Amino acid sequence: MDFSRRETIALGLGAVALSVMPFRVAASTEEVIAGFTGGADVADGGVTLTAPEIAENGNTVPITVAAPGAVAIMIVATGNPEPGVVTFNFGELAASQSAATRIRLAGTQDVVAIAKMADGSFVRATSVVKVTIGGCGG
Amino acid sequence: MASGVKPRVKVPKSAAAGSAITIKTLISHKMESGQRKDKEGNVIPRSIINRFTCTFNGKSVIDIKTEPAISTNPYFQFDATVPEAGDFVFTWYDDDGSVYDAKKSVAIG
Repeated sequence: MDFSRRETIALGLGAVALSVMPFRVAASTEEVIAGFTGGADVADGGVTLTAPEIAENGNTVPITVAAPGAVAIMIVATGNPEPGVVTFNFGELAASQSAATRIRLAGTQDVVAIAKMADGSFVRATSVVKVTIGGCGG
Repeated sequence: MASGVKPRVKVPKSAAAGSAITIKTLISHKMESGQRKDKEGNVIPRSIINRFTCTFNGKSVIDIKTEPAISTNPYFQFDATVPEAGDFVFTWYDDDGSVYDAKKSVAIG
């Protein structure tokens, strides 16, 4: 089995990508979520996460979250080197439990919103965002 | 980063008592994530806004804990209830200990 120069380079690049990527995800998403929920069960639904299906530039991805009745909402980017993104704590004068911001995403991944409700329960929503150019730099 | 930081806030000048208004805030800040490297391969140290708060007449509207995954020039949009005339105070907390604030008054009517 002969490899042409082109095939060899392609294989080499593929191997490098495979070996590098899993390590960057190592900082555990589960730990970050557990730190917020205290290990409580998280149900689906009850929170709305609006994110683009495809983000051309991972440096600034607009997202909106809303969870009526929540006291806090945390956003987690499962594929980022540091999964924690932002935590919104709503005060007594918040007119609605919703907020919008712009986040960085290292690559195509699941973005998770977890809301802490007033009764102490937790709900989540997940949205897949495809990222064309990652936002973490070198 | 204490230079070139400029907070900008968009709040209606007046609102009906008890109504909800939408607030948009932006602060110019490079939000260095601590993940990037310079030309020599050294990691550029993290320097971000790590917390943002908004209060109205001393009562909390929102308190946001931010991480390096927030984009350059952090932007936040949220809704607030205006029970009476008063002042919104917005505060940004920098990693280097700097605190930036902005104040906007809202009239009833």
